[in-house]
Amino acid sequence: MKKKVAPRRIFFLLTLGVLLLIEIYPIFWLLMSSIKGPDEFSLRPMYALPETFHWQNYVQAWTAGKMSIYFRNSVLATLPAIILTMLLGVMAAFAIEILTWRFKSGVLFLFLAGIMVPAQIVLLPLFTIYYKLHLTNNLIGLILVYTVFGMPLTVFLMTSYLKAIPREIFEAAIMDGASIFQVFYLITVPMLANAIVTLALVQFFFVWNDLLLSLTFISDTNLRTVQTGLLSFVGQFGQREWGPTFASISLTVIPTLLIYLFLNNKVIKGLTAGAVKG
Amino acid sequence: MNKVLSNRFAIFVFLGPALLLYTVILLIPIGWALGFTAFKGSPISGFEFAGFDNYIRLIGDKAVRDAFWFGLKYAAVVSGGQVLLGLILSLIYVFYLKSGTAWIRTLIFFPVVLPTVAVAQIFSKLFAIAPQYGLVNSLLAAIGLESFVQAWLGQGDTAFWVIVIMDIWRAMGFYAILLYAGVIDIPTELIEAARIDGASDYQIARKVIIPLLRPVLVSAIVFSLNGTLKVFDTILALTNGGPGTATSPLTVYFYKVAFSFSQYGYGSTIAVLLTLMSLVVTLLVLGLSRRAEY
Repeated sequence: MKKKVAPRRIFFLLTLGVLLLIEIYPIFWLLMSSIKGPDEFSLRPMYALPETFHWQNYVQAWTAGKMSIYFRNSVLATLPAIILTMLLGVMAAFAIEILTWRFKSGVLFLFLAGIMVPAQIVLLPLFTIYYKLHLTNNLIGLILVYTVFGMPLTVFLMTSYLKAIPREIFEAAIMDGASIFQVFYLITVPMLANAIVTLALVQFFFVWNDLLLSLTFISDTNLRTVQTGLLSFVGQFGQREWGPTFASISLTVIPTLLIYLFLNNKVIKGLTAGAVKG
Repeated sequence: MNKVLSNRFAIFVFLGPALLLYTVILLIPIGWALGFTAFKGSPISGFEFAGFDNYIRLIGDKAVRDAFWFGLKYAAVVSGGQVLLGLILSLIYVFYLKSGTAWIRTLIFFPVVLPTVAVAQIFSKLFAIAPQYGLVNSLLAAIGLESFVQAWLGQGDTAFWVIVIMDIWRAMGFYAILLYAGVIDIPTELIEAARIDGASDYQIARKVIIPLLRPVLVSAIVFSLNGTLKVFDTILALTNGGPGTATSPLTVYFYKVAFSFSQYGYGSTIAVLLTLMSLVVTLLVLGLSRRAEY
């Protein structure tokens, strides 16, 4: 029996090997190309390994390509958006799942409906509102949109995690005289700590990788985030200067690469949670 | 007890901020967009009541029809590819990969977290032809297939397949993990029993695992369609809908109408169509899968 299985096993492991190569090689190629000198692109084939360590590509992307500004803007938009989404989302989930009131299932449904709705439908009215309130070309405006678009998944997953916690825990705390606010920050938040970190990661990737929203609400070059910045960078340099272009692509990839390197289990868990439960 | 849990002030404090922001930024604009569909113009040029004109124009607009069918074709091919390759990978993980090889799953998952613009730029360089050959053309030339060297992104049909490859590349590791988790949840006794009865791996996959995996498969398909029907970032960054409008789904056409032509009414009408399309396809998949269960 073993003899019959072996060739098939080899075939499938080979398939897996090929797929693994296809998934990883382009990223390796990107990082290698980002340190090639200008002549290497025109004189040597694209699959050749770099001959030099042309770090000037990164300098040019960071300074002349304004990636430093785009990075700062992305960090300034991403961190507050993550914190706000988690704070407001967990609070809302707590109100919906733990507190008792009349329309809670209706409100939960309103939040869940947001998962299905394409962002395009709100862009024009929101742009009108933002324009009047001077929130276009304004990172605060962007932070608020990110927060709201992160809300449906956060509320949805947090309520389902809260549902899994025995109600007696909350009731016992109240019996012992805890106020509802103490129940929230002394019991609920610590119990959700793991889920909060996981979802914060999901929110990080959503905000850091966003193009549509920052493209719509930011047109000022000095307020662009990394994704829109990268798009304008390759528009300017992409055709002629491949070295700095590869370096700027690498710069937007490296933060996600580092986070994934250290927290891959949590990232995988968080990103798949939305699909499994939905 | 109930007094503490139904304290109105607490409900207001906990729910208020989230609900307020959600209402102002999402719920009101949705209603507002529906209102826009009855008007022509923009905030700058002023609005003019148009009745059903936008909807009539929508039905007759060839660009909308093309974008609609392009979007459906793209979603069917990419979602099919993502879930199918994910399924194959997950079965390989289960059957042929020994424990202690989680790093392989982790590596294959990695492209999922990459920024879409960066992915699009990588692929635009992979398939470039000028000013120098990208990786693909460079390899083709090296192995003597000069005649296959072409402007992959400059022709509608090849550009479509580059986008398809890119978006399957980006997400197959995700669906592999999703389905792998589903396969692991199947009780091992069932698989062992089938094996003792002499079933081959193929039969086990076909007759035991896939039927039991069905709920997970359906949610994977729905989740995938939810993404592919709304695709925007990757296409905008790779081809910007071109050459011409050959690779424009509704989202890209919407963006042009809304922000290049400043047609708020007609743009919103396209957005409504996009929303309906997502809803109908999702409900259709859910409905079909439910009916097939009986």
